[in-house]
Amino acid sequence: MNVVLITIISLGVLGALAAIILYFVAQKFKVFEDPRIDQVEEVLPAANCGGCGFPGCRAFAEAMVKSDDISALNCPVGGADTMKAAAEILGKEVKAADPMVAVVRCNGTCENRPRIAEYDGATSCTIASSLYGGDTGCSNGCLGLGECVDACAFNAMYMDKETGLPVIIEDNCVSCGACVDACPKNIIELRKKGPKNRRIFVSCVNTDKGAAAKKACSAACIGCKKCQKICPFDAITVENNLAYIDYNKCKLCRKCVAECPTNAIHIVNFPPPKPKVEKPAEAKAE
Amino acid sequence: MLKTFSLGGVHPAENKFSAGQKIAVLPVPEQVSVPIAQHIGAPSEPIVKKGDEVKVGQLIAKSSGFVSANIHSPVSGKVFKIDDILDASGYKRKAIIIKTEGDEWDASIDRSEDLKTEITASPEEIIKKIGDAGIVGLGGATFPAHVKLSVPPGKTCEVLILNGVECEPYLTADHQLMIEKGDEIMVGTQILMKALKVDRAIIGIENNKPDAIKQMSELAKNYAGISIQPLKVQYPQGGEKQLIDACIGRQIPSGKLPIEVGAVVQNIGTTLAVYEAVQKNKPLFERVVTVTGKSVTKPSNFMARIGTPMNQLIEAAGGLPQDTGKVIGGGPMMGKALVSTEVPITKGSSGILIMPKEIAKRAKMEACIRCSKCVSVCPMGLSPYLLMTVSDKAVWDRAEEEKIMDCIECGSCSFTCPANRPLLDYIRLGKGKVGQIMRSRTK
Amino acid sequence: MNRLIVSPSPHVHSGDSVKKNMYGVIIALLPALAASLYYFGLGAVVVTLTAVVSCVFFEWAIQKFLLKNESTILDGSAALTGLLLAFNIPSNLPIWIIIIGSLVAIGIGKMSFGGLGNNPFNPALVGRVFMLISFPVQMTLWPKPQTIQLEYLDATTGATPLSIMKEGLANGESVSAIMDKLPSYTELFFGNSGGSAGEIAAAALLMGLAYMLIRKIITWHIPASIIVTIAAFTGLLHLSSPDQYAGPLFHLLTGGVMLGAIFMATDYVSSPMSKKGMIIYGVGIGIITVVIRVFGAYPEGISFAILIMNGFVPLIDKYVKPKRFGELVKTAKA
Repeated sequence: MNVVLITIISLGVLGALAAIILYFVAQKFKVFEDPRIDQVEEVLPAANCGGCGFPGCRAFAEAMVKSDDISALNCPVGGADTMKAAAEILGKEVKAADPMVAVVRCNGTCENRPRIAEYDGATSCTIASSLYGGDTGCSNGCLGLGECVDACAFNAMYMDKETGLPVIIEDNCVSCGACVDACPKNIIELRKKGPKNRRIFVSCVNTDKGAAAKKACSAACIGCKKCQKICPFDAITVENNLAYIDYNKCKLCRKCVAECPTNAIHIVNFPPPKPKVEKPAEAKAE
Repeated sequence: MLKTFSLGGVHPAENKFSAGQKIAVLPVPEQVSVPIAQHIGAPSEPIVKKGDEVKVGQLIAKSSGFVSANIHSPVSGKVFKIDDILDASGYKRKAIIIKTEGDEWDASIDRSEDLKTEITASPEEIIKKIGDAGIVGLGGATFPAHVKLSVPPGKTCEVLILNGVECEPYLTADHQLMIEKGDEIMVGTQILMKALKVDRAIIGIENNKPDAIKQMSELAKNYAGISIQPLKVQYPQGGEKQLIDACIGRQIPSGKLPIEVGAVVQNIGTTLAVYEAVQKNKPLFERVVTVTGKSVTKPSNFMARIGTPMNQLIEAAGGLPQDTGKVIGGGPMMGKALVSTEVPITKGSSGILIMPKEIAKRAKMEACIRCSKCVSVCPMGLSPYLLMTVSDKAVWDRAEEEKIMDCIECGSCSFTCPANRPLLDYIRLGKGKVGQIMRSRTK
Repeated sequence: MNRLIVSPSPHVHSGDSVKKNMYGVIIALLPALAASLYYFGLGAVVVTLTAVVSCVFFEWAIQKFLLKNESTILDGSAALTGLLLAFNIPSNLPIWIIIIGSLVAIGIGKMSFGGLGNNPFNPALVGRVFMLISFPVQMTLWPKPQTIQLEYLDATTGATPLSIMKEGLANGESVSAIMDKLPSYTELFFGNSGGSAGEIAAAALLMGLAYMLIRKIITWHIPASIIVTIAAFTGLLHLSSPDQYAGPLFHLLTGGVMLGAIFMATDYVSSPMSKKGMIIYGVGIGIITVVIRVFGAYPEGISFAILIMNGFVPLIDKYVKPKRFGELVKTAKA
């Protein structure tokens, strides 16, 4: 009986002592956290993809709570709805950012771009590109080893075995930019999704002179500037033998598409063109 | 017991098919493409323009910094254009393209075959002449020679070590030079000794070249302070750090240069170029290139002008064999696989190795079985298996901690791995990234 | 022109392969297998076949139906695990126990960690220790060695030298008195004593070691450090009290020390990567083995010792690095 009593008392005292110590320690090391951080984090997609430029959703939530002007912040995954919900919690103004999507700017399929060598090293685009220019005559184009696909956490990319190029599944793409960072050749770009998902872009990053580019790849931009001349909105610039369409200026008139001699300008999600004899509908990419 | 370096090392099959082949002078090509970046450091600046007449040995591109090198015309003729050409790795690089007309040498070059042993130039003059002649390390690293010879203040050089190891399998260029140009190399060594103000030089030669060891030992008797050090055959003995360790038993601390242990290393080919530059006023515009391979009809050593397209050398060696799988610029351990055979010979081209298809492909990669063979063979005492993992997983701070920058990229780890893992591929990737991070930190 | 192959250097390979190493170890095990067939006859045949076949089968089945990845049974690692497992168990063990042991060895010891290269513990030992703890009676019934033995389950059994020693000492007998009851050192060296199927013949195991060293499959560091540590430790104990502790030769030639030091501890996957690490690992195994044997409850301790040190391997690899180039610093003036 005595033993039981002593046990209960001593354990009770021990427990009470520990509780007191814990209480004081908790008081001493208490970290104040704005409860709104938790609330904001709640509405974020919790993908922790880093697409916002912060290391994870929590850090982004902290940044949103801290900064007064949140117009520069954007969660590309959640999009406008998420940002609106988060802004409501904080009572701040948010500017709806245009939804973006990743675009592969290379059309060097096996047909367009004959292989001149065979790569036999580790399956990594970064390693291959530090070794050599690629297994084709084009040293700017896609190496086809799929580092972008590995980087994609949203299952929005796959390698097309036929063409040897990566393909972006638009519906899954959240424009986090992981593939853009992964590509050592800077082929993938985030572009405005566009009205009705329609957009026009130059599907080439080759900066060689026209003849060399054309020799390496039949779908290369040769820097002929025809598109630049025809564009009524000054949306197209040609630098280093390569045309680039500014998606903020482009009004999707499609005049440049017909003008391009190598079909390097691609249109996406437009209704199929009326059948024309001299121009078959092959410009459609993806 | 023969000397060798103390850590790791492998012994790949030597396959020196072209050994004993006399150096044949390759006819002057009709057109040369001389890249302006043939060395480590800043690319040279072209000083000629389209249509200019040039003579053999005339300066056509100027050194553009301390670590940079002059480039001289390898042929006489007209500058056709200065344009981008494909380099060995398939990237576009600027080159001076010259159409050959005759073979008129610059008047100041002494073209006689006589051996000129008397060294009249002062150390400073020697270094200047070497710099003017555009001499770079001809073993393959292409580090400007005059930079290596300029001993930084506060340091003294005690010994000059010459690399006659040629530890890369297949290659025989340096071997053949020692046989044919022994005397010139000896005088070149004395010039280098004078420039470095040392009285001792060691020529390290691997034991698989007994004729070269014999000949050089005979010759060394006539020259003060030069000794020959026969070495056990072990790859990568030609690595600067390994060679110093093998010859004088000193190890360069991590991240330091050979001068830290009082040594300067030069290659045999470089030494000959130094002789020619200082005694004969001949700048570096040609070099010995081994063309070899298992199915090559005539494995040979050629004296070729810089800028000669590689396929001309391959033609001269009997043409590209039917079963060609891979063409490598350099040796099989550290050489670079070429995308095309149209690329020109540069100052760093020590050989062209043609590998048949059946041995050109890598075997299938398997899981690491932690056999620790890569650790055993690493001549720098690193853990390649770990470096590969951290590079693959992008843990750059750990890679730096594990001294990834000490890697000399000799390839012993990938060579030896039973699971055929591309260890060096990933380590190189990691080195690149860690190097970037370290540079950005010092800025 | 045909397309050139491009890859980073090096462009040549030593020709070494996982297969060559695994089959190399299997070849090194053949002398010991011959000894076990000689002494244990039919039992050794049944045990070895069962263990090898079931290990290979389980690896194949797990890869085919559970992991759904490429089969690696041809690389020889599963067969090797099976062979080592058979060497570590008595030759009169019932088939069903061996099959369960193989399943544990391959399934839990190896494949649950991701297959070859990822298992922290030696799979054969995981299987063995599992059986020892689950089936202690069957696992400690040792058939007596006998030339051309045709009995399997009903072979006459006897104790191992180690358990005779342990019991004798517990009963207060002196070491020299117990030694008189045991086979001579020469007999122990050639394997004429009770024990697991493959551990008895030190001579055959040493032949295997020589083969592996010549083929450069393993280095001397692990076996040598284990053997030297055990010899030194037991030697010191023996010197301090010859009647209470058996001598080093007894400890080296009995039980699984040779098999463990040469074949079990040197398992690539579960041993350290650096030479210094290997020596630390070997010394650790040696000390733990002697502690278990001399002071513990079990007569034999090398399996436990190896498994315990396997657990320390990641730690050893983290803190013990190979000797780096440039550590030997001699200044220019030296």
